[in-house]
Amino acid sequence: MARTPTTIPIQPASGKSAAFEYLTTKKDELVGWARKFSLFPYPFVTACCAMEFMAVSSSPYDTDRFGAALPRFSPRQADLLMVVGTVTHKQAPVLYKVYEQMCEPKWVMAFGVCATSGGFYQNYAAVQGIDKIIPVDVYVPGCPPRPEMVIDGIMQLQDKIARQRHPIMTRDF
Amino acid sequence: MAAVLGPLQLRLTAPDYEVTLERGMLVVRLQPSKLLETVRLLKSEFHFDLFLDVTAIDWLPKAPRFEVVYHFYSTSHFVRVRLKTPVTEADPTVDSLVSLYGSAGFMERECHDMYGIGFRGNPDLRPILLYEGFVGHPLRKDYDKLAEQPLVPYRK
Repeated sequence: MARTPTTIPIQPASGKSAAFEYLTTKKDELVGWARKFSLFPYPFVTACCAMEFMAVSSSPYDTDRFGAALPRFSPRQADLLMVVGTVTHKQAPVLYKVYEQMCEPKWVMAFGVCATSGGFYQNYAAVQGIDKIIPVDVYVPGCPPRPEMVIDGIMQLQDKIARQRHPIMTRDF
Repeated sequence: MAAVLGPLQLRLTAPDYEVTLERGMLVVRLQPSKLLETVRLLKSEFHFDLFLDVTAIDWLPKAPRFEVVYHFYSTSHFVRVRLKTPVTEADPTVDSLVSLYGSAGFMERECHDMYGIGFRGNPDLRPILLYEGFVGHPLRKDYDKLAEQPLVPYRK
């Protein structure tokens, strides 16, 4: 299933661990600051929430203010997967493949109540929340969510990215 | 009522047909063995040239359990007609209409997906809205509406 990056512990050669930790923390802050303002979203748009996605992307609300305005239509170039709309069981393999094709680091936003929990599609056809298939970083419920809610979600995700560790080397690297 | 329905009612007589007028629409109840020749009559003599839909109704406690419902429209008389034919749970099959209406193919596939009605003569009854490997027919009354059949394994 989904692999989480594992850090290879780098130990300093001599006993200067405090200074080394200070440097790696500063490095994480710097990389986090850079990454949180260059989110390249991949809109996985399946349903009516797309209208709200267009509204939040365009001028009056403008996600470009948060550095998250340039949609990449290839998962290879994206680092934020926005799942916008209902995901059915028939579509689930496609969503999973798109997620697997994205390069690290990657984050996932569940946009709208259907992607969050299945919403009112409590039936055999809809996936009851995309977190049953792929890990989700931020949930934006609402049917559809107001643009303010989406912007709030993006800002919460930015806070999360800024607080994250950003290892240069992972086990997968 | 459109002029074509009067002559049509005269042709569809008892005991083979039970003709009623429901909310301004002609409803014809018939046995599945009569289906193909009736539709051929509708198409060739009464110009019902547009096949609108085929679906089914699941009357679960009753027998026969299913009713297959057809809708036809005439683009020259501007009138609709509805055919209803009962099928049993043991043998839920009717004749396919693909020989008369090409568009019947996809609609019969959907009806086959959702209700498990078999259509004799339809060359392609693969799932159209469901996926390969789906067990059961979700619009039947005895299908649990929350019975998921996921294609991707769930996390944890």
